[in-house]
Amino acid sequence: MTIAPEAPHATHRRREFTDNDGHPVGYGRMLRKEDPRFVRGQGKYVDDVVLPGMLHLAILRSPVAHARILSIDTSAAEAHPKVKAVVTGADLAKQGLAWMPTLSNDVQAVLVTDKVRFQGQEVAFVVAEDRYSARDALELIDVEYDVLPAVADVRNALAPDAPVIRDDLDGKKDNHCFDWETGDEAATAKVFDEAQVKVTQDMVYPRVHPAPMETCGCVADFERVAGKLTLWCTSQAPHAHRTLYALVAGIPEHKIRVISPDIGGGFGNKVPIYPGYVCSVVASIVTGKPVKWMEDRAENLISTGFARDYVMRGEIAATKDGRIQAIRTNVLADHGAFNGTAAPVKYPAGFFGVFTGSYDLDAAYCKMTAVYTNKAPGGVAYACSFRITEAVYLVERLVDCLAYELKMDPAELRRKNFIRPEQFPYTTQTGWVYDSGEYERTLDKAMELADYAGLRREQAQRREHGELMGIGMSFFTEAVGAGPRKDMDILGLGMADGCELRVHPTGKAVVRLSVQSQGQGHETTFAQIVAEELGIPPEDIDVVHGDTDNTPFGLGTYGSRSTPVSGAAAALVARKVRDKARIIASGMLECSIADLEWEKGSFHVTGDPTQSVTIQDIAMRAHGAGDLPEGLEAQICYNPENLTYPFGCYICVVDVDPGTAVVKVRKFVAVDDCGTQINPMIIEGQVQGGCAEGVGMALMQMIAFDEDGNCLSASFMDYLIPTALEVPHWINGSTVTPSPHHPIGAKGVGESATVGSPPAVVNAVIDALAPFGIRHADMPLTPSRVWDAMQGHPTPSF
Amino acid sequence: MRGVIMQVPAPIEYERATDVAHAVDLLERLGQDARLVAGGHSLIPMMKLRLTDVEYLVDINDLHDELGYIRIGADEVRIGAMTRHRELLESAELAAAFPIFGDAEKVIADPVVRNRGTIGGSLCQADPSEDLSAVCTTLDASCVIRGRDGERVVSMDDFYRGPYETAVGQAEILTEIRFPVRPGGSSAYFKVERRAGDWAVTSAGAAVWMADGVVTDARVGLAAVGPNTTGMPQISALLRGQEPTEDLYERAGALAAAHCSPSPDGRGSVAYKRHLAGELTRRSLRRAVERIQPSTVHEKER
Repeated sequence: MTIAPEAPHATHRRREFTDNDGHPVGYGRMLRKEDPRFVRGQGKYVDDVVLPGMLHLAILRSPVAHARILSIDTSAAEAHPKVKAVVTGADLAKQGLAWMPTLSNDVQAVLVTDKVRFQGQEVAFVVAEDRYSARDALELIDVEYDVLPAVADVRNALAPDAPVIRDDLDGKKDNHCFDWETGDEAATAKVFDEAQVKVTQDMVYPRVHPAPMETCGCVADFERVAGKLTLWCTSQAPHAHRTLYALVAGIPEHKIRVISPDIGGGFGNKVPIYPGYVCSVVASIVTGKPVKWMEDRAENLISTGFARDYVMRGEIAATKDGRIQAIRTNVLADHGAFNGTAAPVKYPAGFFGVFTGSYDLDAAYCKMTAVYTNKAPGGVAYACSFRITEAVYLVERLVDCLAYELKMDPAELRRKNFIRPEQFPYTTQTGWVYDSGEYERTLDKAMELADYAGLRREQAQRREHGELMGIGMSFFTEAVGAGPRKDMDILGLGMADGCELRVHPTGKAVVRLSVQSQGQGHETTFAQIVAEELGIPPEDIDVVHGDTDNTPFGLGTYGSRSTPVSGAAAALVARKVRDKARIIASGMLECSIADLEWEKGSFHVTGDPTQSVTIQDIAMRAHGAGDLPEGLEAQICYNPENLTYPFGCYICVVDVDPGTAVVKVRKFVAVDDCGTQINPMIIEGQVQGGCAEGVGMALMQMIAFDEDGNCLSASFMDYLIPTALEVPHWINGSTVTPSPHHPIGAKGVGESATVGSPPAVVNAVIDALAPFGIRHADMPLTPSRVWDAMQGHPTPSF
Repeated sequence: MRGVIMQVPAPIEYERATDVAHAVDLLERLGQDARLVAGGHSLIPMMKLRLTDVEYLVDINDLHDELGYIRIGADEVRIGAMTRHRELLESAELAAAFPIFGDAEKVIADPVVRNRGTIGGSLCQADPSEDLSAVCTTLDASCVIRGRDGERVVSMDDFYRGPYETAVGQAEILTEIRFPVRPGGSSAYFKVERRAGDWAVTSAGAAVWMADGVVTDARVGLAAVGPNTTGMPQISALLRGQEPTEDLYERAGALAAAHCSPSPDGRGSVAYKRHLAGELTRRSLRRAVERIQPSTVHEKER
């Protein structure tokens, strides 16, 4: 880029834009390297992949939630002139492919063989010459369904007369999926028995959907002669997917290449392997042609990985003066028709165990029952950090309920109960080791940015005039960056990530990651991490990701794990390269290694800065003639020592129209502490996006079902995504408490805002409704629900 | 059972009409399976969801020159059926005559939809939640329908036959909507939606005419609270001859709440929608009267 000489008046203008226009060699604000191709419409997504002779696949989905299939007549579809193949569950069963494992060691039907278990389930597929003909042919397939009663409400799933959904499992006589408990039941009961104040609150975290802008899809290309499968796929975890395809489909792993090109948002929706991918692979093998499958929006909303769907009873015990002693919860978890949650194997409820929040408790206990229902499988999605979203909602609502009962300011109640800085590393009552934190500093900063005291004064004045203004706070602690491998795995694959770095002769570099960006800005962040370690400008570092043939093995991007895990790998691999560069530099400068000092980008002889070589000089020399060590490259696999524990304080201000019950979010302050910041602009962007999602979940989103299991939220007319008009101007702030065990002290931030913002918004709405004597109302707080709450009906029957 | 979940339309044939006569000819020739498409913001999503069995689309977007207009007369405002939402929103003359249009258009969908969607398309879709039908009802509009044998003019009451049904025959086209202009009047519209661009949870429009501080006539139109959008004659009867007061609005609102027939859905409970019918009726009457009062003052000063 050429920079024109600056006119005198340009100085001021530049300063105004330094936030976004920095050129740091290392950490700092800089525009995202990947954005030019996105803003110019040059991104390459799965649906942009067009191969010669490519066919199109469409899936016939069940219109009913629970039904035995009596017959399928595909003859009319097969007779369609542009149809190449029609495949049913019976056809797949002959190849042993009708069922596949889920990420939670359950099985899921690829195509139905016996009975349909949720509306939208895959029944058959058509492969045709174009996407229109494929869909036209779906209308020609005649399926005879024997419709069965459906379990649509999780609270009825364990009723003795509930129809058994998973009769495919040996000896299954009910809809029980798993039980899980954590904490000390007896100790917690004792604290509760003796507590001065006890508050119990039932709450529902409704089923929501990440609804990424790009739906799921793939292009499968099986080359018969080479026996090699190339799969362009909307995958957040290409390497893990490849291993699973090898195990399931029997294609040798080295003959599978999974490419995740640009991905239009993931949010956990693109972690599972969906039947559509498997169908596409089968279709390509059967037809010998490349096959593309891209789902429609309705298909994405009704059949792919949902999130939440927890019915929770929370209890909190405290002293009269507001010292929180214990939290206890009982959860009924709706896992849909198949247990498709992506959860590290030791934790069937994901990381819900951090429901003790940011507080120093004497005891805690959780009992969870997970059940099958006639709904789509999934569970871990929508940027939830393996169920921490539900946990944080539970504890942050409970604390507000306690503040309500104690008539205490919710901010002061939180402050009083925080884990103190000197207590870290802090082992929670459920066994999680929080690495670091300085919560009060973050709370103070948020309260100052929001002018909390001023807001409370304004609220008091407005209440005198009958106006409903609410101030809500949440203080969350996240646990992100899974592994370590010894504790965490997905289907036996340990949660660690590799990284390779190669510095070319001219000092440009390529870094190869096992994680995969879905919009998080990896191509910038990881270049900055390497830049910080080696002093090579980020624009000189190419970041390669999302292609199993060209990147090292690793578990992928979800649970905010890219920076905590792969970020550490990138820093360490760069340090390894630097170590080698030091050896070469010592040869070039003819001094001992011990006499070299590193200053970002170059080595010089101690005491003589004129005797120096840059990393670029070293790179050239490493590839040149002579007898110095050759090449400047390294490879590493990073196995995290522990999770990292980012935290933050969010304050939301709402106004509720007393006549219409419409909620308007007026102000939102988000102060995040994600440890060392690599690119603050990207962090703020992630936080702002997550806060917008939080407003969506709190105020307008729910995947709803009728009593027959029909999904009522299968389009963006019914499932609402917040727009710029529903969200305020975000006010971001940060504190920095580096992770002590992480090579660069970074903690991860991708999901902090989706985790932390919903309770802030809900707490604000409930606070606004305080004059009505309301302590809780369930999400989504649509105008209708808020009005119902104002009439004394805070918990609708869905 | 054949049932599909998809968002890709079935094959269709496509014709592009050059003028109203051509459109009517095409409808006549193609028969029952043909539909007109204007903005397409209702029909095309329905086709994608395969909820319609349209075989022929007759595109009338080239009729915008002929049917895209807002003509403000002394006694009547005429709006061509192909006038786009955006044109309705941006017309200062229309806003001066009927402020309700500006109120409503601001909250109809989003700019992308407003750039293409038309008033004729909105009325012919006859969705009970549609905002412009309520506006036209409130303003006592009449609709001009043209067929091969000429034109006929029907009131909104007669135009709207029920959800998704209108008086427009198979080989006919709505060409114009006419609004009577009476002195001393103003209007307003209020809508509650779950999110910008969403269909109304409930909305209410009001038009009020006054003389000497007394309401001479008033009309209220509601949307999304049942199939009946043909106005609220009870409210008109209540308001005529009365001085506008908060108490009067209160009673009008109570009538609106009592005489609507909402259904529960994802947008709200029956009780809430009834409440809104009342609350928004009160707000729109109040706003319409407020808009009249300054001009009345102005008249007197003159």
